[in-house]
Amino acid sequence: MTDIALPATPLLTADGTPLKTRLKRIERLHQLKSVALILPLILFLALTFLAPIISMLGRSVDNPEVASAMPHTIAAMAQWNKKALPGDDVYAALVSDLTEMKSDQQRLSDAAKRLNMEIAGFRSLMQKTARALPFETAPASYKSALRDIDERWGDPAYWHAIERNASTNTPYYLLASVDLNINDQGDVAKAEPEKAIYLEVFARTFWISAVVTVICLLLGFPLAYLLATLPTRQSNLLMILVLLPFWTSILVRVAAWIVLLQSGGLINGALLSLSIIEAPLQLVFNRTGVYISMVHILLPYMILPIYSVMKGISPSYVRAAVSLGCHPIRSFWKVYFPLSLAGVGAGGLLVFILCIGYYITPALLGGPKDQMVSYFVAFYTNTTINWGMATALGSLLLLATVVLYAVYNRLVGASNLKLG
Amino acid sequence: MTSQILAKASSFSFRNMFVRESGAAGTGATGAALVGVGMESPDTLVSFRQVQKSYDGETLIVKNLNLEIRRGEFLTLLGPSGSGKTTSLMMLAGFEVPTSGEIRLDGKLLNNVPPHKRDIGMVFQNYALFPHLTIFENLAFPLKVRNEGFREIRYQVDKVLEMVQLEKFAQRYPGQLSGGQQQRVALARALVFKPKLVLMDEPLGALDKQLREHMQMEIKHIHQQLGVTVVYVTHDQGEALTMSDRVAVFNNGIIQQIDKPEILYERPGNSFVANFIGENNRLSGKLVSQDGDICLVALPMGERVVARAVNVGQIGDEVSLSIRPERVVLNDAAQAVENRFNGQIREFIYLGDHVRIRMEVCGAQDFIIKMPTSQFDSNLREGDVVPLGWAAEHTHALDPV
Repeated sequence: MTDIALPATPLLTADGTPLKTRLKRIERLHQLKSVALILPLILFLALTFLAPIISMLGRSVDNPEVASAMPHTIAAMAQWNKKALPGDDVYAALVSDLTEMKSDQQRLSDAAKRLNMEIAGFRSLMQKTARALPFETAPASYKSALRDIDERWGDPAYWHAIERNASTNTPYYLLASVDLNINDQGDVAKAEPEKAIYLEVFARTFWISAVVTVICLLLGFPLAYLLATLPTRQSNLLMILVLLPFWTSILVRVAAWIVLLQSGGLINGALLSLSIIEAPLQLVFNRTGVYISMVHILLPYMILPIYSVMKGISPSYVRAAVSLGCHPIRSFWKVYFPLSLAGVGAGGLLVFILCIGYYITPALLGGPKDQMVSYFVAFYTNTTINWGMATALGSLLLLATVVLYAVYNRLVGASNLKLG
Repeated sequence: MTSQILAKASSFSFRNMFVRESGAAGTGATGAALVGVGMESPDTLVSFRQVQKSYDGETLIVKNLNLEIRRGEFLTLLGPSGSGKTTSLMMLAGFEVPTSGEIRLDGKLLNNVPPHKRDIGMVFQNYALFPHLTIFENLAFPLKVRNEGFREIRYQVDKVLEMVQLEKFAQRYPGQLSGGQQQRVALARALVFKPKLVLMDEPLGALDKQLREHMQMEIKHIHQQLGVTVVYVTHDQGEALTMSDRVAVFNNGIIQQIDKPEILYERPGNSFVANFIGENNRLSGKLVSQDGDICLVALPMGERVVARAVNVGQIGDEVSLSIRPERVVLNDAAQAVENRFNGQIREFIYLGDHVRIRMEVCGAQDFIIKMPTSQFDSNLREGDVVPLGWAAEHTHALDPV
């Protein structure tokens, strides 16, 4: 070992700039180039994917209607003790708010609709009161004057409803999505039984997704194994058959299933003519139809990740296990299956996540008891124009997906996720 | 390093642990090429009889294989790719089924025994260590399958880990080990359940040259300590010569010659073996006369060469002469040998320990002479014409190429 004197000064390039600076400059240029290549995609995703999701998350707690329509009332209510009826000043503020709103019918109806979600009948109360306003002469007591218009203004519940919507943010929609609400005491409580439908819908969504995932796994795993072990020529042909459904629209396939599965359809017809059954089986517009069609549509998403993992498993592993004295079936279970788990996990996760967002298939092939969360999202967006509920349900689905991914990541590790 | 292993392992008396008859190992087995159908001796562990294998029903990958593998020997199947050596090994392991013929292990017919019941250890080309199991679990696998108790498994695995010097790595996963270490684990896994027979399918192919040479010695020493029978497949002739008791040279689905390494090299039975193993100068000619083992061959320019008649036809037939480069002598030394000619030096190739001289001799343009650097005459120049010669006993008259 000879002693080499280390240079005390940093290394310089031929033209005198420090080596590190030069290296960084070159690397930065390289990074910029690669970023520039994916910039259009990043912009596209940010505009069409990220921005809508963020705005959707915001919408699920957004609550502007009452706060903007009744500023005076809300300001006056700040002093209210929330036990008895509010003071006369609050009644006076309400009268002035409602009088102002008469000139802006849209604001009135938005606020009335929002409050009607809290207490049925609030809308008509608002409309009726607004019609009676303004008073020709200022009454001595606004409280009794309003109660003369409608006795309900003497019920604290209506005032609680306004008070709950004083803020421009509300947990109301998110709580309603899991069958909870805030009661008059300001505590989180269970929703009334006739309104508590969403937990059941979520449970149904997860159950249908789980069943579809398991059926896809049972059907897809052997097929993926076949694909991975067949000679290239045959496996290519088989692969085309697996991918074939991707080239057809989902709507077409769903319609085809209706034709096949309905009471007078091909399948029932064949079974009847073979005398296997005596009366047509109910195969569609119920859960059976939903399962059949969803498995059919989602099967490739299960097969492809498993196949891609299996393709990388050398057949010599099982051979080695067999040569060590292990029965071929046990070898498969002990050696091949654990090695294919990354693909099984990826396929299962993919199918399950796709399932919980499914809308069109259950909507067309299922009965009323087979509708999943997405159906209600669509219902609130298209039919009742209740963005709050629609986005709250959507946010919970997103949350479920993120949680699932996190669990998978914890168990298997995202680095093992192979999607093809 | 290897002597360390030897000392260490022998102190644990592996020979007692793996009690096998190993008398046949290295006891001068010569000339037993193409053993025909007959009574097998008690020394025989494996016998292939008239085994044929075809994949497509049109061409035979293995044509009529007859082979006796003796207890305790290290037999190498050597040949170019597609010569049928790996197929033969796979038939023995049970992963391929012979199209016809029979394979016996210890006198028991193997044809209908599934591979997991054959009790044959196997080392695969890419090790095939289970990536989801630790080294300990990999080694315990064959013992667990055999329902050994936990203490017994622990004992055996520790022992075998010690043999391959990987005690510290028991809890690692195969992916965390270097190629050489994985190779040793694969070897240990094939030995831990004490099989009668261990098959190795080009196990060193993925290692670099230095590590490969080191592992060759290590495998050889482990074989010597354990006395287990090893069948080794390779296309690397150096590997085959270094490690084996006997080598079976395969080509076109036929064993060309099966012998001890030195016999294969010094007394090749045909042109394929002469060319495949080691370097070889080839001269073509016609057989002029034959007297027992000795024959006279006429080269195209009229020169006469005295040679050993190994594999020749009738008088007048084409023959191919094979002369090893290191058996050719130059200048004065050429006076003492039967075949003397003149050659013109074309090129010197300096290789450190020896010098290769490319010459034109008897019409052959790339006649190679190999000479240790210490004996090299530095007065020689390119273009010189020098006398050279080679002894008749080192000249083999073989089938024409």
